[in-house]
Amino acid sequence: VSYRRACALVALLAAGCSEEAIVSVEGGNAERGREVLERFECGACHRIPGVRGPQSRVGPTLENFHRRPYVAGRFENSPELAVRWILDPPAMKPATAMPVVGLTEAQARDAVAYLWSLE
Amino acid sequence: MNEHGMQSALHAAAGSGADLITELGIVLFAGAALLFLLVIGLLLRAVSTGESAVDSRRWIVGGGVVLPLILLTALLVYGLAVGNTLTDMNARGPLRFVLDCISSGARALSMPLAEATPLRVHVVGRRWWWQVRYGGPGTGVTGVELANELHLPAGRPVELTLRSGDVIHSFWVPALAGKIDMIPGRANRLVLRASKPGVYRGQCAEYCGGQHAWMALYVVVVPEPEFRVWLQRQSQPAALPGDAELRRGYDAFMRASCADCHTVRGTPARGNHGPDLTHVGSRRSLAAGRLGNHQGTMAGWIAGAQDLKPGNAMPDAREFTGAELRALAAWLGSLQ
Repeated sequence: VSYRRACALVALLAAGCSEEAIVSVEGGNAERGREVLERFECGACHRIPGVRGPQSRVGPTLENFHRRPYVAGRFENSPELAVRWILDPPAMKPATAMPVVGLTEAQARDAVAYLWSLE
Repeated sequence: MNEHGMQSALHAAAGSGADLITELGIVLFAGAALLFLLVIGLLLRAVSTGESAVDSRRWIVGGGVVLPLILLTALLVYGLAVGNTLTDMNARGPLRFVLDCISSGARALSMPLAEATPLRVHVVGRRWWWQVRYGGPGTGVTGVELANELHLPAGRPVELTLRSGDVIHSFWVPALAGKIDMIPGRANRLVLRASKPGVYRGQCAEYCGGQHAWMALYVVVVPEPEFRVWLQRQSQPAALPGDAELRRGYDAFMRASCADCHTVRGTPARGNHGPDLTHVGSRRSLAAGRLGNHQGTMAGWIAGAQDLKPGNAMPDAREFTGAELRALAAWLGSLQ
């Protein structure tokens, strides 16, 4: 195996791995998640890179979401927690302005997978 | 969720006006194609016959005067007949109209409109939304008002009265009819008969300011019985809040300044600067096609109207707590 071929192979494997890492985060699919975020027009309140449709500042921006230490300024950020939050925000924080938008759990997982994939 | 009904002049016609325009387009295209072939034929003939003499006088008079005279006269009559048919409630097609004119002379031109009271819909273009009112004398409904959405019964002619509340707008639903301007101080008329049930998207077609692109409307064509049920429901006042959460939303609406601009029939809210919200929960879109309609978009619109549609007349509401905003969006969504 030549040096160049080995490099190509390594690059391919790396690409495959990172792809895998994005889509397998807590069972959601990032690509489907992007569609969910578009369909429910989450941009009516948030800024979400890569999502078509409205972009607003009513809620926090979701750029670099995985680097955010807290969700809703209160809960330690993790994929599982973010899924719980999206499904029913008022149940976790009654004073929140974010309503139950009506995502299914699978849709919420996909949405979080997408948010987690954002650099 | 935003439902994108189709909006294209290339889409199959679903209304009387669009049918006629399609026909006119085909006639013009076919005519132009025939003339093109004729000219090419003459060109080839000229090349192949070489220098043999032609009677140039005959060609000039025949091809330069007689032929255009006949063709253009026919096209003019046809074009006028199409124009007349577009606005005539009783129209039976342009050809029929021409025949009627020939057989009965000028009388056909002054035929009265249909005796049966047509369904009248008043549409007012505003920056940047559509105010829609149903009714008028003899139609059996009063006070039905909504925004950015038109419901029409399939197969029945409807007379739209088109006005403007500020600048020039243009009413255009390509699948149903041609565009027609809405001019301040004037009422324009458009008669249309939607043939196929479905949802058709329309759009303001005259630049009217910064948010012109977000001045869309949906035309929902349904069978006549379904239309009657819908109109009946729209004529009802808003339902009273059914539970404590909705009640909180109702109270927030009445306490805040919402009622200065919006009407909710059956409540003290009687403002008339913004859309009537009596049945806002039943609509397909918010803010004239800007957003779909669910609790999330409703809350986002109330709190961030200027972010979503900069320059529109609705201010960002800053007077609600988070819980109130949610309740308010829930209550408005419950107004079906």
